[in-house]
Amino acid sequence: MSSVRDIISRLGGMPMGFATVLKTFFRKPVTVQYPEQKKPMSARFRGRHHLKRYDDGLEKCIGCALCAAACPADAIYVEAAENTNEQRFSPGERYSKTYEINMLRCIFCGYCEDACPTNAIVLEPIEFPTGYTREGMIYAKDKLLEPAPAGVQGTPQVTPPGKYERAILPYPPIDASV
Amino acid sequence: MADMINLTIDGIPVAVPKGTVIVDAAKKIDNDIPVFCYHPKLKPVGMCRMCLVEVGTPKMDPATKQVVKTEDGKAVIAWMPKLATACTTPVSEGMAVRTNTKQVLDARNNVLEFLLTSHPLDCPICDKGGECPLQNLTLAHGPGVSRFEYEAKNHNAKHVPLGDLIFLDRERCIQCSRCIRFQDDVADDHVLQFHDRGRHMEIVTFSDPPFDSYFGGNTTDICPVGALTTADFRFKARPWELDSTPSVCTHCAVGCNITLNTRLETRTGGHEIKRVMPRQNEHVNEIWTCDKGRFVHHFTRSTDRLTQPLVRDASGKLAESTWEAALQLVADKVRGKHVAGVIGDRLPNEDAFLFGQLLTDVIKTGSVTMSPAIPAAYADIVRGFGVGKDTEFKQIGKGDTILVVNGDLEESAPVWFLLLRQAVVDRGAKLVMAHDHITKMHRYATKTVNYELGTAANWAATETMALGAELKAARNVLIVFGDEKLSADGARALARALANIMIESGHAGKANSGLLPLYPHANTQGVFDALPEQLASTVAVQHGKRQADVAWLIGVGDPADVPQAAFTVVQELFLTDVAKSANVVLPALSFAERDGSFTSGDRRVQRFYRALPGMGQAKPDWWIIQEVAKRLGKSWGFHGTTEIFAALADSRPDYAGLTYELLGVTESQWPPVGRADLYYGGTAYDNTGGVGARYAARAEQSGFTAVSEAVAPPSADMESLQHLPRTLYQAGELISRSKVLAGHVEYRNSEMTRTAK
Repeated sequence: MSSVRDIISRLGGMPMGFATVLKTFFRKPVTVQYPEQKKPMSARFRGRHHLKRYDDGLEKCIGCALCAAACPADAIYVEAAENTNEQRFSPGERYSKTYEINMLRCIFCGYCEDACPTNAIVLEPIEFPTGYTREGMIYAKDKLLEPAPAGVQGTPQVTPPGKYERAILPYPPIDASV
Repeated sequence: MADMINLTIDGIPVAVPKGTVIVDAAKKIDNDIPVFCYHPKLKPVGMCRMCLVEVGTPKMDPATKQVVKTEDGKAVIAWMPKLATACTTPVSEGMAVRTNTKQVLDARNNVLEFLLTSHPLDCPICDKGGECPLQNLTLAHGPGVSRFEYEAKNHNAKHVPLGDLIFLDRERCIQCSRCIRFQDDVADDHVLQFHDRGRHMEIVTFSDPPFDSYFGGNTTDICPVGALTTADFRFKARPWELDSTPSVCTHCAVGCNITLNTRLETRTGGHEIKRVMPRQNEHVNEIWTCDKGRFVHHFTRSTDRLTQPLVRDASGKLAESTWEAALQLVADKVRGKHVAGVIGDRLPNEDAFLFGQLLTDVIKTGSVTMSPAIPAAYADIVRGFGVGKDTEFKQIGKGDTILVVNGDLEESAPVWFLLLRQAVVDRGAKLVMAHDHITKMHRYATKTVNYELGTAANWAATETMALGAELKAARNVLIVFGDEKLSADGARALARALANIMIESGHAGKANSGLLPLYPHANTQGVFDALPEQLASTVAVQHGKRQADVAWLIGVGDPADVPQAAFTVVQELFLTDVAKSANVVLPALSFAERDGSFTSGDRRVQRFYRALPGMGQAKPDWWIIQEVAKRLGKSWGFHGTTEIFAALADSRPDYAGLTYELLGVTESQWPPVGRADLYYGGTAYDNTGGVGARYAARAEQSGFTAVSEAVAPPSADMESLQHLPRTLYQAGELISRSKVLAGHVEYRNSEMTRTAK
């Protein structure tokens, strides 16, 4: 004698599974189509890196590779070269010829930011890096470097001798009133 | 060491030889007294005041002239009222030194604070950052904060070229004068000096051209800050990113131990050599290397390296081929034919040995010689009467005589120049110079003999006996000789005559005595030793005129050494002139991309290791030889150079007992320099690759019968007079690819003014 109860027990949890699917099928989805759709982020969220510039358009990065040394994920690769007054990228003698961050390796810990002697590398509270290929996830200077401020020439610049001799400028005195 | 002095440092007793300074004595018991200006290889000056310590001596009773003792029998120490510099104070019996009192620690702190008042602290962009004594000592002993305004600091020029190779950052300089003292006391090129006084004191070069020295690179090693940087390494990499591999320099007979610092590079898509640093080997190069060894490494990643086998096709052009096709072609061409093999003297022992085996045992109708040919004419004499097995250049001094014949030590073997110069100038060895022109070594000559241009052999054969009595009286006799402006016969006659002097003066087969040849490259002796004995000196020199069915050339640069043949096989790094006319060109690996061993001019066998991955499809020369042998039906089955060297040692009695394991043995060396101890000796690397081993000269072995037949020198040796004296920066395939030496090479080769200075 087969009863309804028997049939249900023979089918196992299948109907219950279908019930769960049915229940969630009409629910509003929680995922979003990132990066086309974005969700509001916390103001303190730290996303991908930017390489900053000074107001005069020179790059803050001096190619010292301390970020690479500090990086626990070995995600940063820097090659340095020497500035000349005819082709100046940054103040002082040294600039980063190649600067690459492998965003797949990066764990967004911010140690690079801590290590940077010129505050050149900053994790900005904006988009998280996405891509379809592994190569595309290695961000070079073209993606990392900020555009020059409006009305200011980017790098390389021709600069007068003696103006940018030092790579690490003293920090401006801290304004105690703020 | 009879005169040992006992003293205590921080209560720990230590015994050191008389004349030792406190810094070195403390180092013996691992007490690192910080120093900047002191360097164990230079004379102490006590300029930086970093090594201040408390020093006391046993109190003497003026009446009894006896040491005053306490009740329990210990000597009462009379402490000096002020601190003393540990680097200039020699030890004395019963001396007591305190290095950890508050007074000493304060002094260190204050000296560092004082040094840092003018230091820019631009460590992030400084090439020394990470291996900088100033950084390390500041961390260990210095103040954590500065009391000085940044703007009040001394600001000086940061980019001052001292010559083509060395750049000076005046801001970083702490005026320790290590570079000046190195150039004055060790290299004897007086090119640097202090200018001005006080805060304005700076290093200047006053020679023309500036920093005119073959040894300038060493000043950047011993610079305790980043003031001196090389044009080669400037901003190339941070020191902590570098991999270091022990290697041996290939450019002259000294066989300097070097370290290859490599790093990933996007341009070449792989590793490349970022800099070459000396590696400490107190038996060979101490902690020095010349600028050629340091800056001629760019050829290893030159874009015109051969990366694929090339075979001359039907249209007469060299076309890219595959290893399989090329090797099969070579095997087919050499089978049963008369093959004339020539191997260059930059090739390691293993390749030369295997090449000899291939031509004599496998092809059987082959003969093999080396290039350049002239050293082959006398290398057997050097093997017989070369420097004794236990020779140490450091021990040559008072009572010894050094005879230099027909060779410019500084141009041919720069580091031997440094070491032998010190034997003469610092330790009082006698120096007899016999030359047809003036060299830098003539500055220190106790006696100078001149002969007519190109007649060294005739002079040696007839007139050296006049030196006989003098040499007999000497404690040891070291004879340095070169083959400049000599034909093969002349060079052999010269070597023979010099060997006869060794026998007659009774110095043959002794330590610190013997012949020291100025061979052209790192492995001239080794290639000669590894090739079959049939390489008789008389045959060797004929090979330029040899005729054969097939010529097989490995690393042969001189077209004059190429035998005439219908078919030519070349193993090379580059498409040289010799390679361009070949039928098959096989790409080989450079010394940095493989391992092997070299035998230097003083017969020290040394290992070098693989630092870089190979270029393209290039293969080590021994592999190519073995593959051809396999196609000729002989399967050696060697997996690497270790096994080949073992086979070599089995079949060459001189090398008996030598193994790779033995060559790789390191030992503790004095002074201790290297990674764990940067500030003491500079940034030279400690030796992790082995100090090598010298095999005994045959004159040292029992049962050796001295054959003293003289070889008559050729009467007219005019052909060889066309050769110019050898210069260090002689134009060549490798040096032409150096990115930083280009200007130097041009100057050297156009001016030749060096000897007239």
